[in-house]
Amino acid sequence: MHSAFIPPARSPGRIPLPLFASRIPAGFPSPADDYVEARLDLNELLVQRQEATYFLRVKGDSMQGAGIHPGDLIVVDRSIEAQDGSVVVAEVDGALTIKRLRLGSGAPELHPDNPAYPVIRFKEGQELRIWGVVTSSVHTVR
Amino acid sequence: MFALIDGNNFYVSCERVFNPALAHTPVVVLSNNDGCVVARSNEVKALGVKMGVPWYQIRELAEKHGIRAFSSNYSLYADMSSRMMNVLAAYSPEQEVYSIDECFLGLEGFARRDLAAYAQRMRQQVRQWVGIPVCVGIAQTKTLAKLANHCAKKNLAGEEGVCDLTRLDETERARVFAALPVNEVWGVGRRLTEQLNQRGIQSVEDLRRSDPETLRQAFSVVLERTVRELNGVSCLSLEAVAPNKREIMSSRSFGAYVYDLPGLAEAVALYVGRAAEKLRRQGSLAGMLQVYIRTNPFKANAPQYQRGLTIPLPEASDDTPRLIRAAHWGLRRIYKPGYAYQKAGVALLDLRPRAQAQLGLFSNNENRGALMQVMDRINATYGSGTLRSAAEGVRQGWRMKRERKSPAYTTCWDELPEVG
Repeated sequence: MHSAFIPPARSPGRIPLPLFASRIPAGFPSPADDYVEARLDLNELLVQRQEATYFLRVKGDSMQGAGIHPGDLIVVDRSIEAQDGSVVVAEVDGALTIKRLRLGSGAPELHPDNPAYPVIRFKEGQELRIWGVVTSSVHTVR
Repeated sequence: MFALIDGNNFYVSCERVFNPALAHTPVVVLSNNDGCVVARSNEVKALGVKMGVPWYQIRELAEKHGIRAFSSNYSLYADMSSRMMNVLAAYSPEQEVYSIDECFLGLEGFARRDLAAYAQRMRQQVRQWVGIPVCVGIAQTKTLAKLANHCAKKNLAGEEGVCDLTRLDETERARVFAALPVNEVWGVGRRLTEQLNQRGIQSVEDLRRSDPETLRQAFSVVLERTVRELNGVSCLSLEAVAPNKREIMSSRSFGAYVYDLPGLAEAVALYVGRAAEKLRRQGSLAGMLQVYIRTNPFKANAPQYQRGLTIPLPEASDDTPRLIRAAHWGLRRIYKPGYAYQKAGVALLDLRPRAQAQLGLFSNNENRGALMQVMDRINATYGSGTLRSAAEGVRQGWRMKRERKSPAYTTCWDELPEVG
């Protein structure tokens, strides 16, 4: 009996995948598809500034309205200035929390994207510290 | 003109980035085996805890003041360090990474800028992007930049974590330097401090005003250079690329005493594996290998033994199994039963570039370069020790204690920080 040799995985740093130029309808592929145009690296898409980018794991479901679910991996860029509506990681009561930043009504607020959770408001003298701005989430389907 | 940028309480700051609850808590980081304090937060410094004190000596104090203690998390600190260094590299064409938490930048040609403002931008950017607070010292020489950094950190001169010594006038600088003990000068250690004190040189200002010629004759050309550097004459230039190491050492204290030869052999094999990985990374071969073992010298009533042996290799090598064989050969010759061994180590010596390798007359020339490459790559990907020589053992009962280690937040998929 033959047993398949499983090659060792390479460094996960760059994982280039081929991009094909034309769409592939069910049926006959275009002969042009023999010509691979470019190789794509997911890091290029997800990470703009390596030094400022961290990956975090989502624990709760307070942002499910934004399509961010428990267990998802989020990409956080600390170099970006948070704006009204940004999904941010913030420091609240000594822990990191993911919420949507709202600046509309004077004092900044942290809004969940799930009606089951309360809006976080800050009292006089209480400081809101933004840890970083969430730029993408990676949801694994299996 | 030079800047020295230094992370404040670097290891502690790394821990705090991912654990905001630690922000105003007293925090210490402990050395290998949770032995001594190697980093302290400001709160801990204020409690009078000195650098290097054994952890067991301050346990009570820690309990009383709620000091949080962490084992060294080197994969985290190394990653945070490289982020910090990369951000700072953008501020000058010349950078010398001096240690895990400090680097020099050459600021030649930046003289017309407002350097203090430039330094504030560095601080702000490292703080925001990486999350680490840093201080910056600026001066005409590296030795002065180090002092300037100290002044910035202790708030003795400059403002908001930046001190540009060139901005102080003569009297102001003399006042600051007179208040600094001479051991704050780069390269002036404890013994030299004692000797200088005996000559009446107590403060940095005393040393600056000393005659460099006299000090060269009494001490060394190194101290002469230091005095010149203190007077603004640059004698030390940036070393942009870290030179390849001339010897590579790997040693650890054990988590529990080891009594038997197989236990020691496992530990030695592991250290050889680590050292060989570094050896291959810098593209060298080792011509000699040294192995040593010792008991705990601080346990005065226990029988003491220590012994080392240097083994010339028949042929310079970077091959892990071959180096392990040599180390075990040496270990069997120095091992004596009946002692509680506390530490073992290996050193790879007589290093030379792989390109200059000579084949031995009797070598069977087995080429395992490809195997070593695969091994290094797998260990870089899945964590060190994933693939290792069977000689390193599976149980590893002697492995060091790291009971208080935080997760490898930035280098391991299974240990990412969690966000609610």
